[in-house]
Order: sequence, then C-alpha cells, then structure tokens
Amino acid sequence: MTDTVHLSVNGVSVTVPAGAMVSTAVALTGVARFRRSVSGEPRTPLCGMGICFECRVSINGREHCRSCQVLCENGMEVATDA
Amino acid sequence: MPDYDIVVIGAGPAGLAAAVRAAESGSRVAMVDDNPHPGGQIWRAAVGKASAEAARWIQSAEQHGVEWIAGARVFAAPAAKRIAVEQFDGELELGYRSLILATGARERFLPFPGWTLPNVMGAGGLQALAKSGLPVAGKKIVIAGSGPLLLAVAKYMKEHGADVRLIAEQAKRSALLGFGLRLASHPGKLMQAVGLRAALFGIPYLTSCWPVEAGGRDRLEAVTLQRGGKTWTERCDYLACGFGLVPNTELAELLGCRITSGGVEVDEQQRTSITKVYSAGEATGIGGLELALVEGEIAGFAAAGASARARALFAARDRYRRFAAALELAFAPREELKALPREETLVCRCEDVTMGRVRACSGWREAKLHTRCGMGPCQGRVCGGAVEFLFGWKPESVRPPVFPARIESLTRTEPRG
Repeated sequence: MTDTVHLSVNGVSVTVPAGAMVSTAVALTGVARFRRSVSGEPRTPLCGMGICFECRVSINGREHCRSCQVLCENGMEVATDA
Repeated sequence: MPDYDIVVIGAGPAGLAAAVRAAESGSRVAMVDDNPHPGGQIWRAAVGKASAEAARWIQSAEQHGVEWIAGARVFAAPAAKRIAVEQFDGELELGYRSLILATGARERFLPFPGWTLPNVMGAGGLQALAKSGLPVAGKKIVIAGSGPLLLAVAKYMKEHGADVRLIAEQAKRSALLGFGLRLASHPGKLMQAVGLRAALFGIPYLTSCWPVEAGGRDRLEAVTLQRGGKTWTERCDYLACGFGLVPNTELAELLGCRITSGGVEVDEQQRTSITKVYSAGEATGIGGLELALVEGEIAGFAAAGASARARALFAARDRYRRFAAALELAFAPREELKALPREETLVCRCEDVTMGRVRACSGWREAKLHTRCGMGPCQGRVCGGAVEFLFGWKPESVRPPVFPARIESLTRTEPRG
C-alpha cells in the first residue's frame, strides 16, 4: 500500500497522504474558492461533514460532488468553479 | 423477503453499537453511512489513525458479519420497508424488517457579518479537514461558539502545531461552573474535562465572549470579538465557529416519525412513533458519546428482539441523560446572539438570502416561497437551525429526495404504492 496519492486540481498536480479527502487536496493548492455562490461570492468548506454543500467541486467531470466526502484517488481530476 | 433483518443508518457510535448488538443477537444487519469510513464525526479518524475505542466497535461489527455500505446517502423511502441510497457511482435499494436511525447531529451555525468568508468554518468542520490532512501547523486560529466541542477542537489544533489564539465561549462562566459541579457525579466526564484543561494550557478560554464580525478581502484576515461591552480584533487564518449541535432528523421526518423539540421522539426501547423504526444517539437529542453508545446498544437489542438485554441498560441511559440535560442548560445560546446578523448578512448560504429578506417573512413557508431561503442543495440543514433560533420557526414537512440526488437515481426509484 502506498502512503501518498497523486491527483490534479485545476490541472495542478497535488500529492496528499492516502486517506485524505478531496477537500484537503483542493485546500492544499491554495485556491481562493471551491465554488462561487449564486451571487458570486467565493466559498470554501463550512461543515466538513457533507451537509453544507459549500465544498462542491467537479470530480472526473462529474459536477457538484461534495469534496469533503470523497477520498482522493490516484489520477483523479478535480476542478473548482472558475 | 427483505434483504436484511435490520438496516442501521449511520455508523457513528450509536449506529455501530446498534449494529453490533443486533448482529450478536442473531440478526442479519447492514450499516449504511455517507462517509467512506465508519466512526461518525466524533470518531472521525485522522489519516492513518483510528481511536482504539472506535476500532473495537468496528472490529466487532466485522466479526459479527455486519454488512458495511459506505459512501452511501439515503435520499428516499420509495416503498414500505425500503430505502433508496445513492453512492458515488450508482444507487441501490435496501429492504428491511426493522430500521434503526442513528443519523447523528450537525453543528449549529449562527449568522454574523462575514461568516460566509472563505476560511470561516465550523469548529468540527476545521477539525475534519485537519484530520483529512490539511496542515494547521503555525496557522493562527480563533475558536468560537459554544459547547465542549470547542475544547476538543482546540486541543487537536494545538497538538498539531496550530497557534490557537483563544477560545470564545458564549455561555456565562456561572452557567459553566454549575455544569462543572454536575460533572463531579460523572467521574469519567470529570477526567475528560481535566485532561482537556491540561492540554489547553496557555490558550485563553473566554466565557461570555463571541464573534461579532469576520473580516477580510477575499478570505478571512481577522475576527472582531466582543466581551462585556468591549470589542477587539484578532488576526487569524481560520475562524472555527459552531454554536453547539442540532440533531439530524430529516430522514426520520421523511418516514413520518414524530419529532419533539429535542429530536426524534423515542420510547424506552428506542422505538419511534413508526412501527419497526428505531432511533438512537444524537438524532434523538444531543447527549454525547456515552449516551449515544448506550442508546445504540438498547436499540440494537430491542430491534433484534432481545428486550431483556435492552432493559438492563436503562439505568445507565438515565444517568447519561441527566448529564445531557445539564449540558444543554449550561451551553444554551444566549439571546444577544440574535442581534448579530445585520440586514445584509446572509442567512441562507445556498441561495444567498439576507437577514432582511427572511425577517420580512411571516414564517418558513413564506420565506421559502418568496426568498428561496432553505431551498438550496443543503435543504435548510445549515440555515434551519439558525432560523429556528432567530425567529422560532420550526421546519415544515420534509419531502423526498431528502438529499439532492442524480436524475438517474430518482427515475430508478419511483415511489410505489
């Protein structure tokens, strides 16, 4: 079993410890926001447990995934709201 | 023929205890949870580590053949004794004879100016991110809100090298002292409290203190706090802020279970008002780890027909419930917090609805119809607790899907008679 996982966030490669959630990988890249709110505000995770939906990102092309509930996998492609 | 004798929703302490006790009593059990690992929030493992107590229950569940259905959220109950769950890459339906709802609790968030800024998070929220590998070493953190969770989070952050500036506890010192006296009748709790105090050495713990504004250009840069009529500003990288916990009752409501002000209503066998549906742990009222475990055990035994073994645990449950009542009293959110949001402060973060627009409504129905408050993806899970505290509005009827679901999941699980 490997100790780290490699994935990409907005095209930038990130290495995280195995078992990390996608939200952690996104935060590690230092992006300014995970998503834009309906009025255009930048947002980042609030609850960390899958209820607030503030951490939504696209994972492997699937939109609106709660990044705090999905484990990082090798080769995963994550995109935040531009 | 149902797929399982018992399906347990939630794999935190209550769900694990229920699943283990039901399975060891001879039932065929499945345990479903939204998270990739069992343990719930309180036993959320830091990457590569699990608490010894959590590991014992998880191992016991495995030994007794409990089927573990991970990363699965329940979104509907399409037919009697059936639930529909969605996973990352598909959905499935599960049939059961009895259902045990151990859906836990979430943090209560209260709006104040700037609370939607990046890096303002829940107290448990920041801890969850840190446990998942976000480095906090050297980060300036203010921890605020209410309840014992603030202390646990401060301890975790300090142990991981964070510069925890202070803990702002909204409750009065006198209320906490009263609570401290009650701790004396719970030696285990007292030891926890003493341990926490020792670990907090050097971190100011300010009672009657709360955040009035979070400020920053694109992300949090500083928080303004108030205490005894004095306000000051504290620079920080993160504000971890939660005002206690509220039970997750949406699924119980969908199934028609009666809800009281404290959570899902249960009888002495942890039965809800709906036949063959049980509930245990924080969903039935905020009470902490020990109460969740014993309620889960009772629900598991009762659902499996081992009612004598369930009854043997009633006295322990009563003891922990008295502690829970004292906890609720000590950390009840104070009236002044209702004055924190300004007219332009957002109450609903999904639909960006301001305090002024919500305040202009006569109740939940009007707020939903006219402003879309509570109508976004979280379905009021965040603003619901705030709205109840600010205006006294109780949530209205819950409709499926109780969680946003993919179109294909919905079409494959059409409601049936």
